Amino acid sequence: METNEKRELEIIACDIRMGIIEGVFNAKSGHPGGSLSIAEIITYLYFEELNVDPLNPTKSDRDRFVLSKGHTAPALYSALAHRGFFSVEELKTLRKVGSFLQGHPSMHKTPGVDMSTGSLGQGISTAVGMALGAKISKKDFRVYTILGDGEIEEGQVWEAAMYASAKKLDNLVAFIDNNNLQIDGTLEEVNSPYPIPEKFKAFGWNVIEIDGNSFDEIEEALNNARNFKNAPTAIIAKTIKGKGVSFMENECNWHGSAPNEEQYKIAIEELKKTKAELEA
Amino acid sequence: MSEIVKKATREAYGSALLELGKKSDKVIVLDADLAAATKTGSFKNEFPDRFFDTGIAESNMMGIAAGLATEGFTVFASSFAMFAAGRAFEQIRNSIGYTHLNVKIGATHAGISVGEDGASHQCCEDIALMRTIPGMTIINPADDIETREAVFAAAEIDGPVYLRFGRLATPRIFDENYKFELGKGVQIKEGTDVTIIATGLMVNEAIIASEILEKEGINAAVVNIHTIKPIDKDIIIKAAEKTGCIVTAEEHSVIGGLGGAVSEVITETIPVPVVKLGVYDEFGQSGPAKELLDLYGLNAENIAIKAKESIKMKK
Repeated sequence: METNEKRELEIIACDIRMGIIEGVFNAKSGHPGGSLSIAEIITYLYFEELNVDPLNPTKSDRDRFVLSKGHTAPALYSALAHRGFFSVEELKTLRKVGSFLQGHPSMHKTPGVDMSTGSLGQGISTAVGMALGAKISKKDFRVYTILGDGEIEEGQVWEAAMYASAKKLDNLVAFIDNNNLQIDGTLEEVNSPYPIPEKFKAFGWNVIEIDGNSFDEIEEALNNARNFKNAPTAIIAKTIKGKGVSFMENECNWHGSAPNEEQYKIAIEELKKTKAELEA
Repeated sequence: MSEIVKKATREAYGSALLELGKKSDKVIVLDADLAAATKTGSFKNEFPDRFFDTGIAESNMMGIAAGLATEGFTVFASSFAMFAAGRAFEQIRNSIGYTHLNVKIGATHAGISVGEDGASHQCCEDIALMRTIPGMTIINPADDIETREAVFAAAEIDGPVYLRFGRLATPRIFDENYKFELGKGVQIKEGTDVTIIATGLMVNEAIIASEILEKEGINAAVVNIHTIKPIDKDIIIKAAEKTGCIVTAEEHSVIGGLGGAVSEVITETIPVPVVKLGVYDEFGQSGPAKELLDLYGLNAENIAIKAKESIKMKK
């Protein structure tokens, strides 16, 4: 990736992170940790990879995106807002009564959201259905989903993984956001789904392991996925939960709690500083 | 007298799917390794490119159905009632109900007439479960003719529908001229003393019960409720006004099913006695279907007894 291009993406990721913090702070609740960890992935998807049109969010040939780890809706909303699906100012209405930005994604409320998710394990099945639908209709669009690493403890994920490879759905890409933290602790402390790559390989997927906070590696993985035939691709993305906000990084407590005013100010200042350094 | 035709509603479901498949290439059928039993097999043979066996994984099947529905397909997802409404309840609730996607859940082998397979497979909770999902339409047809109409009506509407079918061959009630109207109860027989409101295979038993009661000088009305949600409030209120008491009959738990739905209407409009006949908060067991139906009191004789109880409670 060109240095300039990468810097631009890094700046956008910074904006998306600020949007996450704005949303969660104003809502006084939500899930910043896992939203911040996928900022690069979701930035790359919405600004490089996905064929989507903010002016025509339901155009039929668009690529589909399902946020299977639906609790990280702040990341999705921030990406959609910065991509122009709606105003960035709207992020402040997150989780408020009457808002079109529900706590978990709702396809009928938010422009650009292709599937309602939030109950873990279900998003990937719907993504498999979309990918299968594309094959039946002989359409070229591709389907992308992001799962949490804790989410793959749900048995339904493996039902979906089995079927996707049985049907050779090479138009499907699943990111596993491997930030190693779930609500009750580290993955190993709770119920280890490791080794993750081996599991997806055993289920017949094309498996790629990357640093999920690196645009170069995300790009390379997605290029690989696009050219891989006859199997879906799983991108196991090692990430840092809370990435970009120093006191949230690798802290389990920031899975599902909002910053107070002081923490909010520090977080925004940090992100502004990062952005300024990138722009310099 | 012509011989009574007996056919399981699941058989009629399979035939109706085949007809629908010929009409529209947007119809897709999913099954979870039970195509021979749910009778989706004939669709599979005719339209192999539009039939998907998702294997023994009902939760995933419901998600796939939802995903396919977003692509403009009319998706029928089939399994036994136990594994559709039961195992995959939350997938139906969140991926199909909350999204209000165009998925029709074809649930066969409902109720204790599953027979020999026993309690693990005898789902008497499905109507109760499905009824709590906002926007879900529930149809429980009484015979093969009504089943065909129900499947076609389900395909016509844009949104989730739970279709409930039985394993057991049951007598045909309606003829080929039967007009099905979604959400409208069917007044099968007028009456003055009590109204029997029945659904599914209990409709035929209700008709026989009214004949038993007639011999005892009791004039019972019979109403068939095929659409349990949205329920036909008008026909229930009219029944209460006219006969002053009601007995409901269903092959389902008395908790949350047809009896529950009728009671909900009655208590808030025209409170009259409602005696509920169904499975009384217990699990089934193995045995031939007909023997089980008798054992659990799901027959005409017992409807007649319950009808008299309801009449006695009238003020």
